[in-house]
Order: sequence, then structure tokens, then C-alpha cells
Amino acid sequence: MRELEAVYTVWLREMIRYYRAKERILASLAMPIFWLFIFGSGIRAPVFGGQVDYTSFIAPGVIVMALMFTSMHSGISVIWDRELGFMKEMLVAPVSRISIVIGKSLGGATTALIQGTIIFLLIFGIQNLYSEYFSGVRINISTFLIVLPLMVLISLGIVGIGISIASLLDTLEGFGLIMNFIVMPMFFLSGALFPINNLPEWIRVVTYIDPITYAVESLRFVMIGFSSINFVLSFSVIFVFTFSMILIATYLFNRRS
Amino acid sequence: MITKTFACPECNTQISCQGNLGDKIKVVCPKCGKKGVAIFAVDKADLKTKTDSLSIEVAGLTKIYKNLKAVNNLSFNVRTGEIFGFLGPNGAGKTTTINMLCTLMKPTSGGAIVCNYDIIKHSLEVRKCIGLVFQDASLDDRLTARENLELHSRLYGVQKSERRKRIDEVLELVELSARADSIVRTFSGGMQRRLEIARGLIHYPKVLFLDEPTLGLDPQTRKHVWDYILKLKKEYKITIMMTTHYMEEADELCDRVAIIDHGKIIALGTPKKLKDNLGGDTIILDIPDDDVEKARKVFKKAKIFDSQVLLSVKNAGREIKKVLEKAKKNKIYVIEANIRKPTLNDVFLHLTGREIREGAANLRDELKRRRGMRGH
Repeated sequence: MRELEAVYTVWLREMIRYYRAKERILASLAMPIFWLFIFGSGIRAPVFGGQVDYTSFIAPGVIVMALMFTSMHSGISVIWDRELGFMKEMLVAPVSRISIVIGKSLGGATTALIQGTIIFLLIFGIQNLYSEYFSGVRINISTFLIVLPLMVLISLGIVGIGISIASLLDTLEGFGLIMNFIVMPMFFLSGALFPINNLPEWIRVVTYIDPITYAVESLRFVMIGFSSINFVLSFSVIFVFTFSMILIATYLFNRRS
Repeated sequence: MITKTFACPECNTQISCQGNLGDKIKVVCPKCGKKGVAIFAVDKADLKTKTDSLSIEVAGLTKIYKNLKAVNNLSFNVRTGEIFGFLGPNGAGKTTTINMLCTLMKPTSGGAIVCNYDIIKHSLEVRKCIGLVFQDASLDDRLTARENLELHSRLYGVQKSERRKRIDEVLELVELSARADSIVRTFSGGMQRRLEIARGLIHYPKVLFLDEPTLGLDPQTRKHVWDYILKLKKEYKITIMMTTHYMEEADELCDRVAIIDHGKIIALGTPKKLKDNLGGDTIILDIPDDDVEKARKVFKKAKIFDSQVLLSVKNAGREIKKVLEKAKKNKIYVIEANIRKPTLNDVFLHLTGREIREGAANLRDELKRRRGMRGH
């Protein structure tokens, strides 16, 4: 009970901070929106043998992008907390460290979920206004109900990556480096922006190692009905990935403090 | 009965045994079989006041970083209801000690009992009954004062019905009620420090640790914080252990002071007793380097550091004339003569030959040590 209260407290703090930092909400929406419109409108080539237009194709990828940016932020916030000293305040409290990581993770996942949902609703709105955009995306309540838990799962996994990296690093600068050298490539290699079937063999191998690929593919299957990877497979990979990432993050966080 | 935990001097195994203050109990190490005696008294003052209850008991506490003994075999007791000061220069091991007592860090060897709980075995229980004000800021500056206190009381399991009352109460105590709903970012350094003290009190801790509570504050605000600390002792009867490198602070606030240097306690007692041990006032003569040898011969009892001659006398005002005449007769040129009533800094100087607030040369050593300490 005490530990649940602690998880809730840490989560609550993340929520208040998120609510206070309105610029952050906008900033992390900007990139995905630019991708959707500028990139999506620029390249109009149909995908999957002409069955889906490009904007529909990248829509799930862009949602994953929004989830990634927001979730990685929880890694940054761990480093911030350490630098601002608030981390010590949490660590010296009579609660287990696991509760603190879980609270932080859930906080990060919740913010990611909100951002992802905003993009989802945006796609829905545009589709209604301009039918040539996102014509292949099936958006209705039942899709949303499947997309929602998928987004939670994906966010938690990426939050796990963020917290693990933050536990291994000392500075925000180091985190920026990792962001550019690991996280961005993870996104670009995930097949979010192009179908992985067309890739040369050697890149495709990397693509299959990248967990983000499975995140994009599972969402894509639910949203547009096509995917290069079987849904059951991609869902299972995401499930295992998220579960192990949270375990790793908890372990590393605990060891660090 | 008190449980004591300490490390076997032979094989470093943790040994626990029970006894009462003043007891000497024979102990045999379960691992290597070495025989020894556990002594349940740390300083003589404690023997006198056997009936006092103790809030903190430290025995053989040691922390070794890679190549540095940050805290070296510390043993001391803190009595319930007193303000106990830890005075020493930066890098002496004060914060490391506090971190170990607060269970944020594991000791390399030795142990301590805080509020009757072992800091190693029952860290959660210890954390429940202590409050802590860190040396550096530890507030969430994007939250309001009230939100910060709210989060803290939730983390410490303060009942919902109690929360509001206690938050208002501690805000009142540090005179921040009017700013309760302002974002902490907009607070001055002094206000933030006061808020941190308030926060440390919400869960009604039995022992409050203050790590350099007035570091970086202007003199006026410092005085203000001192008033709060004294108020806490008086109104809440809380045991306070504080670290500081301001000797006036230790002098003004603390019932007893431990002077610590290079991880070791070099003196412990009431500020008055420590100063009295110096034997009265000090006359300080600044002399040219060339005269140092001469001075050594003339003032045999004096302590001489660099080009300063320190003479301990009963009454400096009366004796300074004699001292100056003696210097003149022996052709020692006195650039400047000063009289100083003893301070805790003199106690430190007397014991170590250094000032508490270090000069440039020592700063360099200090930085070097810190760099080494950070390790990987």
C-alpha cells in the first residue's frame, strides 16, 4: 500500500511537471507534425503495391516517433532530477527504489500516451477534412482501443531504454550523444518511413534487430491493415522487449543509486 | 539494551552484540576466532550522563573510496534532544558521514544506530524516523512550495487527513505561508533553504540531519536560519545533527561539537570546553620570514605557522605589552600584532596547524582529492 502510494506520488509529480511545461508539449508535437505534412506531402509514391498512399503509410511511424521523443524524455528527467537534487529527496524517502523507477516509468509512459493520442486524433481530424490525406488509415473507436494498449506497451519499452541510458550516464550532454547515435538511427531503421521489404539485405538485418521496427509494424497493421511483419510476431517481440527493458531499467537504476 | 555492530579488525566480518552503556563485553569473531572487547561507551561525557538516551550511536564508521579514507573509524554518540555539530573544512568527510547515517551510502566498515535502528540492516526504518536537509538544493523548482511539501508527505506516508494541517504548520514555522502556492523557481536562496527545512519536518522526524544548512546564504539569512534551528530544538525537542564549516555557526548553535579533519574526529565536546582547553586568548604576531628561526628560540611555547607566531595567554590585553617588548629586545620585527579571543577555528588551528577555511594552497589539494574521490 505504502509502495503504491509512492508509485502514485512519483507519477503525480511527472504529471504536474508535464502540465506546467506547455512548451514541451508543443515542442515534442512539432517534429511528428512536420514529418506528417512536409515529408508526407512531398513523397506521394504509393506503397504496398499501390494499395496505400504514403501519408497513410507513415502515419503509424510518426505516432511511434512522438512516443519515442516523449518517452526518451523520462531518461532526460532522471538526469535532471539527479542534477537538481530532487533524486536524493526521493531516494532517501522510506520507500523502495523499485517504486520510484516504476512511478517514473509510468509517468513517462503516460505523457507519451497523451502525445501519441494527440497525433492520432490529429490524423483522424485531417482525414475527415481532406480525404486525400491518410485515406488508407482506418480510424474508428475499435482501432483506437487496440492502438491505445499498443502505445502504452511501446512507450514503456522506450522509457525503459531512456532510464537505462540515464542510469549509465552522468551528464545531459552524454545523453544527447546517445540520442543522436542510437535513438535516431533506431527510428530511421525501423521502417517507419519506408517499407522494409525494399531495403538491401544488410540493412534489413539491422532492421530486424531494431525493436522499434516491431513497434511500427504492429501499429501499422492495426491502423492500415498492411504490414511487412506478421502482427502476432511483432506484438510478441514488443511485449518481450518492453518487459525486459523495464527489468533492465529497474536493475540499472537500483545499481546506480 | 543497545545493539552495536562493528567490523572485526582481523577479517572485517560484521559482528553485532548487545549491552548497556558503560558495559565491556567480550566478543569472539565468528569467522576468524579473534577475541576482543566491545566497549559500550564512546566518550567520557557519555559515562557521566548514563541516563541520557541516545539518538545516534556511531561505532568505527569508515568509508573508503578507491584511494582515500573519506571517513576513518568514527565513533561518537548524539544524545536525544541536543544539537550536535560536525565542524570541519570542506572535504573532511562530513557529508559522507551524513550520507551513511541517512542510509544513502553503505559504510565500508563499522556501523551506526539511528533511532535504535541499524543503518545497514534496517535502512527503511531509519529513513522513516529521520529528516534530512541536503547541502545542495533538492526541491523541485517547477512545483509550488505546497506541492513540494505534499509530495514529501505522501512519500513518507503521512495520513491524508493530517497532510494539510502539517503542511500549513511547517510553512508557518518558516514564515512561508504567504508564498505557499508560488512556484519554487521564484524563491530566493534563503527561502528555498527554509522550505527545505520545513519539508524535512513534515513527517515529524525524531532526528533531523542538516548538511551545511546555511551554505551560500547571506549573513542576514543565515541568522534567520539559525533562529529556526534553535526554535526546532526548543519547540519540537528534535535531535539535530548538523554539519558546517562555519565555526561561528557551530559555536552559536551546537550543544556539542565534533571537529573533524581528514575523516577523523580530532576533538569533541561543548564549544566552551573546546575553547577553554586552548588556555585563554591568543596573541598573533605577524613577523618577516627571516625572523621565524629567531622567534622559535625566543617564544618557546608558541606555535609558529608560516610567518605567524601564536601565543596562548590567559589575558591577552594585559600580556601583549610584555610580548611586544620581548620581541623588540630580541630584534624580532613585528609587522602586525593581533589579539584574538578563542574561536573554534583556533581550536582547529591548534590541532591541525591549518585554518578551517583553507587558503589557495590547500584548495589545490582539496580539488585534487575531490577529483580522486569521484573515481568512476
